[in-house]
Amino acid sequence: MSSFDELEQIREQALAELADARTTAALESWEDRYLGRKGEITQRARLVGQLPQEDRPAYGQRVNEIKRLLGQAFEARAEEIKRTELATQLSAEAIDVTLPGRPVIPGHLHLTTQALRELYAIFGKMGFEVYEAPDVELEAYNFDLLNIPEYHPARDMWDTFWVKDTGEESGDRRLLRTHTSPGQMRAMRERCPEPIRVILPGKCYRYEQITVRSEHQFYQLEGLAVGKGITMTDLIGTLTQFARLFYGPDKAVRVRSSYFPFTEPSVELDAACIFCHGAGCAVCKYTGWLELAGAGMVHPVVLANGGYDPDVWSGFAFGPGVERPAMLRYSVEDIRLFYGNDLRFLRRF
Amino acid sequence: MKIPLSWLNDYVNVADLEIGALRQRLTLAGLEVESIEIIGHAGAELPWDPERVMSAAVLAVRPHPNADRLVLVEVDYGGPEHEIAVTGAPSLYARKGETGLDLKVAFAWEGAELYDGHAEGWVKSRLKKTQIRGEPSRAMVCSEKELGLSEAAGDIIYLSDDTPVGVPLVGILGDYVLDFEIKGPFGHLQSIYGIAREVSALCNRPLKRDPLAVAEAVGLKVASGANFVDLAIADPSLCPRYTATLIRDVEIKPSPLWMQLRLQRAGVRPINNVVDITNYVMLELGQPLHAFDYAEVRPRPGTTQPAIVVRPAAEGERMATLDGEMRVFDDQMLLITDGQGAVGIAGVMGGLDSEIGDDTRAVLLEAANFNFLNIRRTGQMLKLTTEASTRFGKRVDPDLTLPAAARAAELMRDLAHGSVDPVIADLYPGKPERRAIAYDPTLANRILGIEIPLPDQARILSALAFEVVDDGATWTVTVPSYRLDVGLPVDLVEEIARVWGYDRFPGTLIDEELPPLRRNHALEAEEHLRDLLMGLGLDEVITYSLIDPVDETRLRSEPDKALELPGECVVLQNPLAPERSQMRRTLLSGTLRTAWANLRYLDRIAIFEIGRIYTHVDAPDASTGQTGVAEPRHVGMLMTGVRDPLWWQTGAATREKLDYFDLKGVVDVMLDRLGLTAKVQWARPSEGKTHPSFHPGRCAVVSIGNRALGVLGELHPRVRDNFDLPEQPVLALEWDLEVLLDAADVADAEKQIGRLSPHAPVHEDLALVVDEATPAVEVKRAIEAAGRPLVTEVVLFDVYRGEQAGPGKKSLAFGLSYQAPDRSLSDRDVVKVRARIIKTVEKELGARLRGS
Ligand SMILES: [Zn+2]
Repeated sequence: MSSFDELEQIREQALAELADARTTAALESWEDRYLGRKGEITQRARLVGQLPQEDRPAYGQRVNEIKRLLGQAFEARAEEIKRTELATQLSAEAIDVTLPGRPVIPGHLHLTTQALRELYAIFGKMGFEVYEAPDVELEAYNFDLLNIPEYHPARDMWDTFWVKDTGEESGDRRLLRTHTSPGQMRAMRERCPEPIRVILPGKCYRYEQITVRSEHQFYQLEGLAVGKGITMTDLIGTLTQFARLFYGPDKAVRVRSSYFPFTEPSVELDAACIFCHGAGCAVCKYTGWLELAGAGMVHPVVLANGGYDPDVWSGFAFGPGVERPAMLRYSVEDIRLFYGNDLRFLRRF
Repeated sequence: MKIPLSWLNDYVNVADLEIGALRQRLTLAGLEVESIEIIGHAGAELPWDPERVMSAAVLAVRPHPNADRLVLVEVDYGGPEHEIAVTGAPSLYARKGETGLDLKVAFAWEGAELYDGHAEGWVKSRLKKTQIRGEPSRAMVCSEKELGLSEAAGDIIYLSDDTPVGVPLVGILGDYVLDFEIKGPFGHLQSIYGIAREVSALCNRPLKRDPLAVAEAVGLKVASGANFVDLAIADPSLCPRYTATLIRDVEIKPSPLWMQLRLQRAGVRPINNVVDITNYVMLELGQPLHAFDYAEVRPRPGTTQPAIVVRPAAEGERMATLDGEMRVFDDQMLLITDGQGAVGIAGVMGGLDSEIGDDTRAVLLEAANFNFLNIRRTGQMLKLTTEASTRFGKRVDPDLTLPAAARAAELMRDLAHGSVDPVIADLYPGKPERRAIAYDPTLANRILGIEIPLPDQARILSALAFEVVDDGATWTVTVPSYRLDVGLPVDLVEEIARVWGYDRFPGTLIDEELPPLRRNHALEAEEHLRDLLMGLGLDEVITYSLIDPVDETRLRSEPDKALELPGECVVLQNPLAPERSQMRRTLLSGTLRTAWANLRYLDRIAIFEIGRIYTHVDAPDASTGQTGVAEPRHVGMLMTGVRDPLWWQTGAATREKLDYFDLKGVVDVMLDRLGLTAKVQWARPSEGKTHPSFHPGRCAVVSIGNRALGVLGELHPRVRDNFDLPEQPVLALEWDLEVLLDAADVADAEKQIGRLSPHAPVHEDLALVVDEATPAVEVKRAIEAAGRPLVTEVVLFDVYRGEQAGPGKKSLAFGLSYQAPDRSLSDRDVVKVRARIIKTVEKELGARLRGS
C-alpha cells in the first residue's frame, strides 16, 4: 500500500470515527488520536523525509490538505455536540414556573394617609399649601373667635372634650379641637396681611360614643382662601374643580344653602352619588346626592378676628371629609376600622 | 324635625306641589329634607287603594247569629247598597243592638291590601271574600294597626263626624311626613308655621292663616294684668315676656284622632287633650307652652290672688321637677314661682307639684319668652334637656307668646270644652326694638360674585317679610321680629342668595394674585419617612391619641421604675370612658395594643406610627394663642412574630421569630437613607439607667450629637405580659421625629458626592479580637477613621466567640474595600493602610489581630 493510499485510509477512518463521537470527551480523544502532537496525521507528516524525492511535494501537500479538512470536520462536530449537550442540560433544569416566588414583604400606608395625600395633591394643584395647627386647642380659637360664643346654640354642633386644668393657669380653657377650623384663625393671624390659600389637615375629636358610624377621633381637612376679591362663585368653582379631580371629569355637583357659624353665606356642596349616579339609592337616602363638603364665605367677624378688614377682604372656607369619601369609595361600613388598625383592613390599600 | 305635609297645608297651599320638587326647592334653600315618610299614598309601605279603602258610616250593629264575640255592622260606604261586615271591635261590640247610628269609620273592600291586625309585627294580607262563622264577609272596618298607622292592635279608628262617606281614605288620613335636618340654631324654623313662611317665600304662595289674628277671632282681650293671676317679672333681660291664660272647666280626655295622628307623625306621643294641645301648639307655632294646674298656683302671703313671679333662684334653692328629680339651683337660673315658691324652671321643666293631672279642672297656661343663653346655661348646668329648653335655646320670637296662647285657648275650648277667660294677661317688659340694617346692595355682588338685580334683591327680602326702604346707595332693611339670626348686612346677602338659588351660580376660579408660595418642609420630611418605612416593609397605623392612663403603668417592668415621659400629661375633664381619658405621651402603648389586637389573626406584625404626643409645658394664653401644650411628632415601630412568611422552600418546621436585629436592620437602612448612619450614637443604657419598658440587655439608647433620639430594643418580658402579648420577642422603637428630621436636614445639606472611582476596589478581610464589652460599631468606626480615605467600605461579616478568641473576648471579622478615585491600588498601598488600621485599633480599643 502506498503512503498516499495509507493517507486516504486514515482520512476515511478519522472521519468515520468523528461521526461516531457523541461526547466532548470522545471528541477530545479523537483530536488527540489524529490531530494531536502524537496523532496519526502529525506522524504521517514526519514520514515525508523517507519518501522518494519526487513524491515529497505532493505528499506534503496532501497531508496538509487532510489536516485542514479533519480540523474543519472537528470544529463542526464539536459545535454540534456542545449544542446537544447544552440542550440536554437545559431541559434537565426545567422548573415549575407556577411555584410561588420568594416572599418579599411589602409595607402599607394607612388609608387615611393615602386619602390625605390625594387631597394635598388636588388642592396643591390649585395653589393651596398645607398648614398644620395643634390638636389641643384654646377654647377661644376653637369657638369664640370663630363666632361661636359660650352657651351659643351653635356650640351644640360639636360635642367637646375639655382638658382638665392643671391648676396654675390663666383661666383660658383648653379642649381637643372639634374641627380643623381653629387653624383658620391661626393661619390668618400668622399670615395677615398676606392673601391666604391653605389647607388645614388634622386629627379632630368629638365627645361621641364609638359606633360603626361615629368615632371620637377622626381626620378633617379644611381649606381657606382669603383675598381682596374672593367670591362665592370662586368657592363653587374651586370645589367643582375639586370634585372633578377627585371623582372624574363629568361629576355633577350641586350647591345648597347651609349653616355654619363661621361662614356667611354658608353652603353645602353635594356630588352626584357614586353608587346610583343620581338615580337614588339607599346610600344617598334616595336623594341622588352625597355630601362633598361644607363651605361658605368667611364670616366678617372671623375675618376681623383674624386681622383682615371685612370691608376690604373676603374669603371662603370649605371642609371635605377625609374618611367618609374613602369609606364610600371602598364600601367600608365600619369607621372603627380606621383607628382600630385592623391590619387585614389596612393591608388592602 | 318631622313636618306632616297635611299640617303644613293648613298654613300654605302645598297640596298641588309635586313632593319631589318641593323637597328639592326646600333642600337647596337650606331646609334640608333628610327623608320623606309616605303614609297611604303610592310609594308608602302600605299604599291605601283609593278604590278599596275609603270612609264609611256604621249605621247599625246587630248580633252575629253564630258567634257570641262578634257582631254584624251595617255600613254605608257610598255604594248602591249597604254592606254587612263582621267585626269583633270592642267599641262596636259594646253597641250591639243599636241602630240609627252614623259612626264614621275606615272601610276596606275585598282586594284591599292591609296589615294583619292580629299578627305579630307587620304582616301584609289581602282582604278576601270569605265566611266568618257562617256569615259571608268581603269587607271590614279597619283599626290603626291594619292601616299601618300604629302598632297598637286595638279598636277600630273613628273619623270625624263630618267626614263624607265613600271618599278614598288616603285623601283623609294619607300624608307625607317631611323630616327636616335644620343645622343652625334657627328658632324661626322650628315649627309648621316657620316652614310655611319659608315655603311661602320660596314658592311664591300666600300664607293661608295669620296666627296673630287668632286672639281676636276667639274673642280674647289682652291686658298687662288680669284678675285671675298676679304676674311679675323680676328681670326683663332674662324674661322679656310672660303671657298667662286661664281656661276653666276643662274636660281631660284623649284628643281626637286627627290631632293624635299629627302629633304621632311629628314624633310626639299623645297623652291627653290638654297636654296634647300644648305640644300641638308648640309644634305648630314654635312657642313652648306650659300648663299649670290652676288650683295648685298659690297666692302671695297675705293675698288671695294666685301669683306667678319669674325670678332668679336663690343660691341653693331646690325643687322637684316633673321627672321626679330634686334639683338644686344657682343664682343665675331662672325660676317660675307662685306666691310661695318654685313651680318650674323657666323654659326647661315644670315642677312636680303643679303638674296637670286627671282631676285638673282649670289650667293656667304659660306662654313666655326667656333669654336663650340663660336657658342653655341652666340646661347644661343641670344636665337637663327638654323639648322646651332646646327650642328656647335656639331663640324664640317674643312676639309669639300671644298667638300661641290664643291658639291653645281656641283648641282647649274646642277639644276640652274649656271656658276661656276673656282676658289674656300679658307682661312684655322686654319688648325689643325692631332691628334695622343699613344695607348696601352692592355687597351681594362683592360677596357672591354674581350680579343679582336690585329689584330682585328687594323682592326676595320682602318675600321673607323684611321691610325694605330704598334710601339710595344704602337701603334700610327692617328685620322681622322672628329673624333673630339676622343682624349683619352679609346675613341679608345669604337670604338673597339662597332664595335666588345657588343652582343659578356659575363656578369661577380665583382671579387674584397668589399668596407668597411656601413649602411645608416639616410635612414633606414626615411624608418622605412614611414612604421610606413603608418601603422597608412596615405597615402604617394611626392609633388613638386618647389612651388609658393605666397603659403608662403597664409600660413599666417594675412598679418603682418610673417611665421617663416628657412633661405633665394632658388629662380630659369629661372623658368618654377611663380608657380614653388621657392624651398620649408615648406611642408605645398604642402600637402594643395594635399588635395585641392583630395577633388574634396574624402571625407577623411589622408596623410604624408617625404622630404627635402631648404634654403640658406652660400656661395657656389666649392673647398670644399659646396653648401651653407641646405636640412634638414621634415615630414608633413595632415588630413581632415570625420572620418569614410560609414558603415552600423553607417549610413550616423551621420558622424563626423576629428578633432585635430585624428591627435594627430596618432602622439601619432608614438611617442610611436619611444620611445619618455615621452621625448616630448607639449605646446600651448604663446600669441603673435602663428603660423600664425594655429588656435591659437588649435595648439601645440612641442620640445624635447631644440630642436624644429615643430607644430601640426588645420589650421587657414583664411589659410584654402586661400587654398580654405572646412569649416571643417584641421589638419596639420610639424616637423623637423632630430630632431625627432636623438631623436629616443637616445631613442632606452636607451631602457631597464628588466623583465615583472608575477603578476596581481591592478586597481584604480583617479579623480583630476585642473585649466582649467593646461595641462592634466602635470597632467599625475606628477602622473607617484610620482607613480614610482609601478604605471605602467596612462590612462586619462574622462574630466569633470561643477558644481561639480567648475568654471574655470576641473576634470580629470585617471585609474591607480599598479604592482610590484616581488610580488602581497596589499591594503596597493596601499594606500601608492596613498597618495603620491595625495600629489604631490596637491603641484605641486594645484589639489584636486574630491569629497573631
Ligand atoms: Zn345613590
